[in-house]
Amino acid sequence: MSSSNSGNVGIVIVSHSPKIAEGAADMVRQMVGNAVPLAWTGGDLDGGLGTNVAGILEAIEGAWSPAGVAILVDLGGAETNSEMAVEMLPEDRRARVVVCNAPVVEGAVIAATESSGGSPLAAVKRSAEEFYA
Amino acid sequence: MSLDREARERLVRALAQAVIAHADELTSLDSAIGDGDHGLNMKRGFDAVLAALPSLADKALPEMLKAIGTTLVMKVGGASGPLVGTFFMELGKALPEVPARADLAAATDKAVTAVKARGRSDAGQKTLLDVLVPVQTLLMEGGDAGAIAAEASRAADRTIPMLAIRGRASFLGERSIGHMDPGARSAALLIGAAVATLVSEAKS
Repeated sequence: MSSSNSGNVGIVIVSHSPKIAEGAADMVRQMVGNAVPLAWTGGDLDGGLGTNVAGILEAIEGAWSPAGVAILVDLGGAETNSEMAVEMLPEDRRARVVVCNAPVVEGAVIAATESSGGSPLAAVKRSAEEFYA
Repeated sequence: MSLDREARERLVRALAQAVIAHADELTSLDSAIGDGDHGLNMKRGFDAVLAALPSLADKALPEMLKAIGTTLVMKVGGASGPLVGTFFMELGKALPEVPARADLAAATDKAVTAVKARGRSDAGQKTLLDVLVPVQTLLMEGGDAGAIAAEASRAADRTIPMLAIRGRASFLGERSIGHMDPGARSAALLIGAAVATLVSEAKS
């Protein structure tokens, strides 16, 4: 569900639906190739629609970059679980992971495009959030 | 209030059974105004809590509550996992091993504050906070056990005419009116079970 091969800001996609998360990741790859560490997660622990903290922690690990990680989420529980996951990270990593307030598919593509140019975490987050602002 | 190992185990079983026995009802409430997974999610979490017994009850009360919170965060999913899990974790962090009434009130206050922060919400938005906040107020004011349990149940009922402002039900706008909030109901069930167990321990 992940690959990571650069020092650019990593992108994590969290959707209630694994199909949406994977599809959004495909769209990101089409745009930026392997220039950005990328991981996705979706579904609850029983395989139904939902999100889970363990999956999100794993995705953050999978997309980890020293430049940080931007998380794109779909609905409420995805956001709440992502914020919980960030708080459960080791302290030195916590400040380098942000949850973006942006649509999950569009936000992921825009954030990854910004990241692929070497932008810092704050700029990656801003680009995703400003698109629909 | 001192709870020995057996009493802690009885408390955990009572909490879990209250949720598990009402899983279908919670799912039905959630199907009306949400995504219909609240009962299933909460049952998954409390099944995992039960699976951690009896060794879970070997822990002192604060550590046990923190472990329950972490399990719920990891297993429940949805927004409820972090919200209910945070409540237990913060309660555990704030309680001494043998809490007095004032300790319980102070710790509950911290836990409710943490749930508000986690959900960026407050009472009045048709969520579990519409049960937690009035129960906490009564606890601070010195309400007795029976009054607290009754208030939890009534507070869940009071979410029926409310308009949802937070959570999935808010997407329904005015159609959210006329249904009990499933998170409020599960919070009331947990509080009812906790009060009943603590009352029976105090008598034994």
